[in-house]
Amino acid sequence: MNRRAKHPFVFTGCVELRQALDHRATDERELLERLEEVPAGSVFYHTHGYFLRHRPITTAYGNDFAAWAAAHLRDQVLAERLAVVNPFEFSTLEDLREELASVIHDHLVRLSSVPRVELGEVFYFQQSHVVEVTLGPGAETLAEFRTGLAAVDASAIYMHMVEARARLGRRAGDFAEWIRSSLEMPELAEKIERIDTYMTNLEKVRARVLTLVDSALEGSAA
Amino acid sequence: MIGVEDYRRVAPPGVVDIILTLGERLRGRRLLHLSGGRFGGGPAEILHTMVPIMTDLGIEAVWEITGGDPAFYATATTLEAALRGPERVLTDEALDHFVDMNRVNAKKLSLEADLVLVHDVQPATLVQQRPASGRWVWRCHFDCSRPQRRAWSFLRPFVNQYDAAIFSLPAFARRLGVPKYIIQPSIDPLSEKNRDLSPREVATILGTLGIGQDKPILLQVGSFNSADDPLGVVNAYRLVKKHYDVRLVLAGTLADPEGPSVLDELRESAQRDPDILIRELPPDAHIQINALQRAATIVLQKSVRGSFGLGAAEAMWKGKPVIGGFVGGLPHQIVYDVTGYTVHSVEGAAFRLRHLLNNRELIARMGAAGREHVRRSFLITRHLVDYMALLIHLAS
Repeated sequence: MNRRAKHPFVFTGCVELRQALDHRATDERELLERLEEVPAGSVFYHTHGYFLRHRPITTAYGNDFAAWAAAHLRDQVLAERLAVVNPFEFSTLEDLREELASVIHDHLVRLSSVPRVELGEVFYFQQSHVVEVTLGPGAETLAEFRTGLAAVDASAIYMHMVEARARLGRRAGDFAEWIRSSLEMPELAEKIERIDTYMTNLEKVRARVLTLVDSALEGSAA
Repeated sequence: MIGVEDYRRVAPPGVVDIILTLGERLRGRRLLHLSGGRFGGGPAEILHTMVPIMTDLGIEAVWEITGGDPAFYATATTLEAALRGPERVLTDEALDHFVDMNRVNAKKLSLEADLVLVHDVQPATLVQQRPASGRWVWRCHFDCSRPQRRAWSFLRPFVNQYDAAIFSLPAFARRLGVPKYIIQPSIDPLSEKNRDLSPREVATILGTLGIGQDKPILLQVGSFNSADDPLGVVNAYRLVKKHYDVRLVLAGTLADPEGPSVLDELRESAQRDPDILIRELPPDAHIQINALQRAATIVLQKSVRGSFGLGAAEAMWKGKPVIGGFVGGLPHQIVYDVTGYTVHSVEGAAFRLRHLLNNRELIARMGAAGREHVRRSFLITRHLVDYMALLIHLAS
C-alpha cells in the first residue's frame, strides 16, 4: 500500500479550556430551565465534549446531564432517558437542546415531586474553548497514517472524529474524508465513517480505526 | 535539572509532544506569576517545577513575590481566611494599609508581561497598577464560594479589574463580571513528594519515624484541624480495629491556630492504643509523606470542609485506594467504587475500610486504576498544558 496522498494528513490535537457559567441546577426543574437558556456552546460541552473528558474507568452515560442525574440525583430513570440521546444524530445543537429539554420535561410531568440534590453535587453549566495543536509531520501514505494514529494524543481522535463532525460540519469525519479523497480508498473510508463514536471512549475509537487500517494494509500486501 | 522530556516516562503518551508544540507557539512570550511567597502549600510547590519547565520551553516565565510589614501579612492572612468563610475582623485601616503596601510592591516589580497570573489574595490588589498592555488573570486556589460578605465586598472590585479569573472547580467560584476558567491543580510526579522510592528507602524513612510495617497501615496526611477531621478518622479506625489488626498513622502539620488543641485531643484519645501513631511533621517533610503514602495499605482524606485536597491524588499516584470525604475536590479525584470511595460519615469511612480490608484484591485493583486516573487528569503536564492554552487563548 504505497499510494501517496495528494495532500498529507496532518494530525491535530486539542486542549480544552473550560469556562464556568453563572448557571447551575440543584434539581431537575432547574436543570430544564437552565438548559433552555445556556449558550449553545454549553450544550456542546456537556454532550459532545463528554467524549473528550470521559475515561474508560468510569461508567459511560453519554453526556454530563445523564451522569449527573444518575450520580447526584439518584434518578436512574431520567439518567437512562438522557443517556440514549445520541448527540451525533442531531444536525444542529438547537435540535439537540430541544430533544434533551423534551426528555426532561416529559419525565417531570410524570413525577409527583421533583428530584433534587441532597448529598450530591450541584450541576454547574460550563462551556469550553478548544485550542488546536498541530502534531507531528503529515502522513502521506496509509502506513504513515497508521504510525501517526497509533502514537498521537487521544485529543486528536476527538478533533478528527467528534469535533470535525459535530462543530466543524465535516460530517464524514477527517479520517474517512482524507482516506476517500486523498488516498482514493472509498471502501476503507466508508468503514471508518461507520464507526460508532457514541457510548465509547477515544482509545476504543482509535483501536477500531487501527484495526480497519491494518486489515487494509494486510489486504494490499497479500 | 528536570526538563519536560523527563516527563515522557510518566505522562500519558503524546502529552509531552503537545507541550513542545504549544511551547513553540509561545516562544519568547513573557508569563509573570505573582504570589505571596515561595514556600508552603501546593501552589508554591507546583510553581517551583512549572516555572523552570516553561523557561526550558523558551517562554520567558518569571515568578515574583510580594512583601510588606507584619501588618500587611496579617491582613492578607485574615482576608484569605474570611474569604474561605469564617468570621474574621477586618478594619478599614488594615485594608487601606494592605492596598498601600501593594502600591509599594508595584513600584518594585516589573509588571510588564503578555500574561500575568496573580495567585490568591496577597498580591490581588496589584491589578490596580497593571500596565496598559498584557492580560491579567486572578488565580484563586481555594474555595471562595461562601466568603464573609465584607471580605468579598472588598475584593470583588479588584477581581473585576482582571481580564479573567481561574478557579479549581466551578463550585469554588463566585459570580463575577469577568470570565471564570476552570483549571484543576496537579501534582508533580518527579518531585520529592511523589517520585519513586525503593522499598528499602521506604523502610528506612518509616524507621526514622518510628513506624513499623508489620501490620496494615491506615494513613491520613493532613493538617491537624477540624476541617481534616483527624478525630473522625480515629473513631472510624476504632470501628475497624474490632475486626482487623491494623495501625493508624496520622501525619500532618500544625498549619493553623486550632492545631495545638486538636493535636492535644488526638494524643489524649491515642494514649491507650499503641497502634495509633501521631506524627507532627515540618512543612517540608515531602519525602517522609512520600514514604508514608507508599507504605500505607489504604489512605484516608476524611475532610469535612473543602479544599481541593490533592493528598488524594498523591496517594492514588502511589497506587493506593483512597477513602475521602464528599467535600471540595475529593469527589472530583476519587472515582467512586473504582479508585476508592467518597463517604459522608465516620461510619461510612469505617464501612469502606472494612470492605477493602475484607476484599484485599480490590486494594490492588483500585490502586492501579487510581494511578492511571491521576496520570490522565492530575499530573503537572496537564496543568502546564492548561496554562499554555490559556495564554494562547487570551493572547488571540
